Amino acid sequence: MSDNHHNNYLTYPKGIMSWLLTLDHKRIGLMYLFGGMFFFFLAGVIALGMRLALATPEADFITNDQYNSMYTLHGAIMIFLFIIPAIPGALGNILLPLMLGARDVAFPRLNLFSFYLYSLGAVFVIYTILAGGVDTGWTFYTPYSTSSTTNVIPMTLGIFIIGFSSILTGLNFIATIHKMRIKGLTWYKLPLFVWALYGTSLVQITATPVIAITMVLLILERLLGIGIFDPALGGDPVLFQHFFWFYSHPAVYIMILPAFGIISEIIPVHSRKKIWGYKFIAYSTLSIAFIGFLVWGHHMFTSGQSVFSQIVFSFITYFVGIPTGIKIFSWMLTMYKGQVSFTPPMLYALSFLFLFTIGGLTGIFLGAVALDIHLHDTYFVVAHFHYVMQGGTIIAFLGGLHHWWPKSFGAMYNQTIANICAIGVFVSFNGTFFPQFLLGLRGMPRRYATYAQEYADIHSYSTFWSGILGLSIFIAVVNLLWSLRKNNKLDPGTNPWGALTMEWTHTTSPPHPHNFEEEPVLTHGPYDYDKVLVKPTLKRK
Amino acid sequence: MDRLTEYLFPKQVSTFAQDIDNLFYFIFYTSLALLAIVTFGMIYLAIKYRFKKNDEVRLTSSTDHNSILESSFVIIPLILVSITFVWGIKSYLNMVTVPNDAIEIKVTGQSWFWTFDYPEGGSTLNELVVPSGVPIKIVLSSKDVLHSFYIPVMRAKMDVLPNRYNVMWFDARHEGIYPIFCTEYCGTGHSQMNAQVVVMNPKQYNVWLAEAGSEDDDLPLDELGAKLYSKKACITCHTLDGSPLVGPSYLQTSQMWGQERVFDDGSSATIDDNYIRNSILEPQSQIVAGYQGVMPTYQGLLNDRELDALIAFLKTLKEDSEI
Ligand code: HEC
Ligand SMILES: [Cu+2]
Ligand SMILES: [Cu+2]
Repeated sequence: MSDNHHNNYLTYPKGIMSWLLTLDHKRIGLMYLFGGMFFFFLAGVIALGMRLALATPEADFITNDQYNSMYTLHGAIMIFLFIIPAIPGALGNILLPLMLGARDVAFPRLNLFSFYLYSLGAVFVIYTILAGGVDTGWTFYTPYSTSSTTNVIPMTLGIFIIGFSSILTGLNFIATIHKMRIKGLTWYKLPLFVWALYGTSLVQITATPVIAITMVLLILERLLGIGIFDPALGGDPVLFQHFFWFYSHPAVYIMILPAFGIISEIIPVHSRKKIWGYKFIAYSTLSIAFIGFLVWGHHMFTSGQSVFSQIVFSFITYFVGIPTGIKIFSWMLTMYKGQVSFTPPMLYALSFLFLFTIGGLTGIFLGAVALDIHLHDTYFVVAHFHYVMQGGTIIAFLGGLHHWWPKSFGAMYNQTIANICAIGVFVSFNGTFFPQFLLGLRGMPRRYATYAQEYADIHSYSTFWSGILGLSIFIAVVNLLWSLRKNNKLDPGTNPWGALTMEWTHTTSPPHPHNFEEEPVLTHGPYDYDKVLVKPTLKRK
Repeated sequence: MDRLTEYLFPKQVSTFAQDIDNLFYFIFYTSLALLAIVTFGMIYLAIKYRFKKNDEVRLTSSTDHNSILESSFVIIPLILVSITFVWGIKSYLNMVTVPNDAIEIKVTGQSWFWTFDYPEGGSTLNELVVPSGVPIKIVLSSKDVLHSFYIPVMRAKMDVLPNRYNVMWFDARHEGIYPIFCTEYCGTGHSQMNAQVVVMNPKQYNVWLAEAGSEDDDLPLDELGAKLYSKKACITCHTLDGSPLVGPSYLQTSQMWGQERVFDDGSSATIDDNYIRNSILEPQSQIVAGYQGVMPTYQGLLNDRELDALIAFLKTLKEDSEI
């Protein structure tokens, strides 16, 4: 396979048009990856700017309005342009067909269309930034969002369009998982990453329409003065919150399930050990996806909803907690009697276990109604969701990136630097966000451009570590990109981790343009480390 | 209060604060135990089964389940969250059951200040005065967007809506002055939409009610104006140093005394006593060009002497700046 000139998808076919019009899921995945990373960088820089402003109680070098616009953009970009589209769009696209032994996703043209919808939505968001930002918070609560004079319409329109990209990707993945598996690859032989994408996709196609409709209603209210949410026009602002969270709580699972999938792949490979409780993890993915639809009211414990609703929402919230908790124990126990290597992906996975556990447990505090009354809309909540979204999802994403980097690019980064960065991210993440729990307990409200003197010390401590956090992630990414330099290619046959999933055992790194040179035949399960031995190899060309 | 509570929480002032903090501790210590199991379990397994330099890559064990272990992972957390749930609801019911003998105070949120109306007829701005040891029922509503009324020391918070009344209550045990925050984002001045709750003993409270306002009678006008300027929340939108905030700086207005003000509809007027009075009572009628018509009307919130005082204070700014 060596001197065949079109032996990998990166180099064949050539030319910019072959990328822009590609139907190859791997190339589309890479375009999502770079798009997502761009917005991750942008939203990260905005976050660092905010932390800098928060280092002292006064809004030093920015105005209140600028701060408000920054926190809105930070949240909206991270969620709608990076976390939600990037993991399924990038890693999901690159890996799903490979893991199924398929040539591509079920609808390759639709896949490219999804990417362009995402790009179009991104254009609206960039327009919003250039036109001066938007200051409603990523939650767009009415009636403030109806009356704000900032760019609410371009932003919500962007989110509306990106929503369709999510829905179509979800549809595509579901069809692919149902129809494109090779012979013998039954549901219980699927890698858990595939189960996770399946759960994610189900939520994407069922929940996303609700946010899309809500955004349209908001736009109509602003443009035509139709009273839906604004009481001045006869609407109800709490209705907006119900609509919004009916999507946005399930969206939490759109964001976290793929991360669960990544962790379920990394830990067995780097522990060279069969995964603990396969069926449990698979089913809990689906049950979390389902129960996730029934708990939205826990974001509204102070909105004045009825006592009965409060009790029901609190009760159901705890039911999401239990399957999640058992997953954590399963990942931990996977290492039992294995051969654990401290590679960069594994370090990220271990960080994930610790950070996500804190994220999950602090959710229990917030689910207890009486306590949530005190903590709601304070920094406790800010810390909680950063532990879940960054400590969980983004850490898992970084781990996945390091795990599949040699697969996607046929190049290996400097593993020592990567390990140091992984530890740096872990320490500085805790340094940044752990103190924010304390801020919240002490009553510091979120979304404040200025704050009382008593919170100053903790804030400046958090700001200090946020700088290190930014730096660690930045170096980690540069380290990855640096591996793409000339003359650093791996032998296409290398399997650096000794992994057993099909994308490692049945094709080259980087894969062939059509994924597999010949029809792949299923030879073993994804976690058969007790039956099949593949030695890790790291050969350079 | 033990040291840890003092470190973690604002003072426990309301009657239910302690119960809520105890609920926190229950979840906190169980979480700590679970986190310890995960962390130490993870470290132990990772180190014990680590792949050492001279180890041979080999097939590993096929153990992937253990019924006793797994059922304990379900049952123990289930018991713990059941306790948490029941406790959370029990305390919550206590927080929403307003005692019959509560004093009812009406709280109005508006961008970006709070008005408090007392049953005896008085009203205050950004300062809630309550007697200790008596249940206080707070009835909340908003004049514009959403706000949320949060008193950390009471562990009480409730959203403030424009189209319906929300209710909360507390019974303060300790006298003192404590902060109130707005916790629902409401625009530019959100983080300055702060107020104070002043808890007095009931005797003092009655004296205060009887005298409310009259203590200011003997202040000179410009000093009273300076006081009202921050007390009536002008300060959240107007600076005194010349820089524009939500509205033009009070200093700038003062320096432009006698000159023309241009409005957003192209008309203009001379800055004089009547103009200032009109700007405060009917801000929407003339909107200064370059600003938005977001200043609330102070009709009914300021009496004539107070209006005079604010104008007198405005005039002194110019003189001070020229010295
Ligand atoms: C919510 C923010 C807000 C608050 C609170 C507020 N103002 Fe204003 N004020 C404005 C804005 C915005 C303008 C400019 C637009 C307009 O003319 O209505 C303004 C205009 C004025 C003007 C006219 C200034 C000029 O140079 O023409 C005066 C006088 C004034 N305010 C006085 C006060 C006083 C006194 C208070 C407190 C009792 C107060 N304002 C509270 C926002 C506010
Ligand atoms: Cu939620
Ligand atoms: Cu507010």
